[in-house]
Amino acid sequence: MIEVIRARLRQGYRTMAYPDAAPPPLPERFRGRPRIDASKCPDGCARCAEACPTGAIDLRDGPRIDLGRCLFCTDCAKACPEGALHYSPDHRLSVRRREDLVVASDEELALASALEGRLRKLFGRSLKLRQVSAGGCNACELDVNVLNTVGWDLSRFGIQLVASPRHADGLLITGAIPRNMTLALRKTWEAVPEPKIAIAVGACAISGGPYIDHPEVENGATGSLPIDLYIPGCPPHPLTILDGLLRLVGRLEEGAR
Amino acid sequence: MSAGGGAGRFAALGNGRALARADVPQLSLPDLLGAVAQAVDDGLRVAALFGAADPDPEAVAIHAVLADDSRARLHLARARVQGGEFESLTPRCPQVHLFEREIAEQFGLRPVGHPWLKPVRYHRSYRAGHEVFAGPGGEGPAIGVTDFYRVEGEEVHEVAVGPVHAGVIEPGHFRFQCHGENVFHLEISLGYQHRGVEQALRGGPGKRAVHHAETLAGDTTVGHTTAYCQVLEGLARCQKTPRAQALRGIALELERLANHVGDLGALANDVAFLPTAAYCGRLRGDFLNMTAALCGSRFGRGMIRPGGVGFDVESAQVRELLMRLDAAEQDTANAVELLWNTASVMARFEDTGRVPRDVAEALGLVGLSARACGIARDVRHDHPSGIFRFAHIPVSTWGSGDVFGRAYVRWLEVQRSIDFVREQLRSLPPGDVQSPLAALAPGCVAVALAEGWRGELCHVALTDASGRFERYKVVDPSFHNWTGLAYALRGQQISDFPLCNKSFNLSYCGHDL
Repeated sequence: MIEVIRARLRQGYRTMAYPDAAPPPLPERFRGRPRIDASKCPDGCARCAEACPTGAIDLRDGPRIDLGRCLFCTDCAKACPEGALHYSPDHRLSVRRREDLVVASDEELALASALEGRLRKLFGRSLKLRQVSAGGCNACELDVNVLNTVGWDLSRFGIQLVASPRHADGLLITGAIPRNMTLALRKTWEAVPEPKIAIAVGACAISGGPYIDHPEVENGATGSLPIDLYIPGCPPHPLTILDGLLRLVGRLEEGAR
Repeated sequence: MSAGGGAGRFAALGNGRALARADVPQLSLPDLLGAVAQAVDDGLRVAALFGAADPDPEAVAIHAVLADDSRARLHLARARVQGGEFESLTPRCPQVHLFEREIAEQFGLRPVGHPWLKPVRYHRSYRAGHEVFAGPGGEGPAIGVTDFYRVEGEEVHEVAVGPVHAGVIEPGHFRFQCHGENVFHLEISLGYQHRGVEQALRGGPGKRAVHHAETLAGDTTVGHTTAYCQVLEGLARCQKTPRAQALRGIALELERLANHVGDLGALANDVAFLPTAAYCGRLRGDFLNMTAALCGSRFGRGMIRPGGVGFDVESAQVRELLMRLDAAEQDTANAVELLWNTASVMARFEDTGRVPRDVAEALGLVGLSARACGIARDVRHDHPSGIFRFAHIPVSTWGSGDVFGRAYVRWLEVQRSIDFVREQLRSLPPGDVQSPLAALAPGCVAVALAEGWRGELCHVALTDASGRFERYKVVDPSFHNWTGLAYALRGQQISDFPLCNKSFNLSYCGHDL
């Protein structure tokens, strides 16, 4: 027992002060929101769009990036002959509407607003989510789980991942939704009592990610469930996931860090 | 043994090397399977056994890859099968049981006499018109619908779990046949994560291929991508620079560290010993963040690239990493050693979920699950490639085969991986980190093994006449080891399932592909 107490003293208090203080530092090479400096783009050049593995870059009417498809890989930046493309350190990526993920570089992202009215009243201080993992690589699940470690301590915001859909206020979905999971996802969704919300975490759940248009998958949950919050990434950093969840329950004001 | 034994008629090649497909001996199928069984009796292992399309649509090309761990050789042979069935090897050689089920599902070839012939991933066959598991109306097999093994009896009951579980974990279905608390038998039915990666790689490598490799199993991004790149480099005869090899090794061991430390915490959590659970949960993140310092991604996305690595390190970063490694080492030792000194933890770990060594050998278990049964089996040692040819990591084994063994092997490996990473960071060779990759050789086969944190990752590519992937086969260690978990549950209390499961911590997506 004395050893346990000694270890406790040694390991110290580790829960971060965020969101009351600055977020934890991200690695220097962290890839947040990608941006294209269109003024550097040579006429007729489409190398970034051609290099993108998921077709996330649309060059018609000025470059636009679909953050719901983006894998945050380096293929586009490496392909660009002019260095017009870079990843900013901005971890804030979550939005409420699918179309808001398709953004021009100089456009501000319409960061997720809080739930409105009755839903905010019901879920703002207590949000129980059932996680459904369906057809990804398990990295999103792992970085959702990280929010339950002592450093992040998700439960201090009243947000909890629960064991049964019947105890839940909504689903947090990861994965491209293989046809082999269609029925299980539908049944789990139906088992959540009304009113309920759905959250799509990661490129797979939003668009199919690396598996877009594979015949085995449904290209994510966007087509089958009414998604209330989109958290892009492959996988999103835990800070990106937390940022999205906190915005949804109204714990981060618009434009907050 | 191998010269005159089962693999004598096979072609030999080293890890990460390529061979002309024409030089892969073609045997009759009975000869091929007989030789596989003989080789396994001689002490070799089946690293892969899979079908590939044949120019004749009525035929399937079966390929066997055997691993001779004592001689650092791989052995390759093939056979053409015509018609719709073949005589199953599983009754004589249990470790091929899932490979044969996979061949049945992917190519519509029935292994006659297979004792456990059920779908693996529940999809239609790759060969139109040839289905072993078709539904009554000719449709593909419905997920999770199969003739589950059942124990009958008045006091026997069945527990079904999944595909959606209580925790934040991947989907799979588990059927327990129980007598009270005791489990007679557990059957594991997967396929819910099947997203068609092997099929998508055909005709490649395309621009998604490396991303498919990185997401075969997200927690093994570095391991799988290393195996994938080794295949490409074997086919392109690409020599990596010493610095690239060292950085790959560092990334691979950081991945092992993050997963092992996380698992030790999760094992503590499953026996309700919260101090270690809390500390290791945080420390896992510290190791992931070291990987992120290398390449910006906690899972190593972008780090391993064909021809080398995607990111170099600067000397300031090396100093910073060494400092973080020291701090994490001390905190990890402090957190993990609590486990071994706490009687209530040891009482739950010891003798729970035991897999005897002979069973582990027969099932062909790999990785830490095999090493925990006393089997010194480790690709880094047995088939070294890259940095592991020059820097040797001792193989960590423990003989008990139980939850404690799997936990303790993790701890031994954590210590050795930290030593390795520290040594590599201190002596990083200078130079470039990328070598140009030539076109892939046409008409070749390449095999690569890598020791991921769970165990052996095996990738095999067959290229066509223009150097594109005609077939790409992935064998995740979980493919070998899920049956080990089912075995470990025999005679256990069902309440110990989470603990046993976590002690293996197998991948669903790596299995389902």
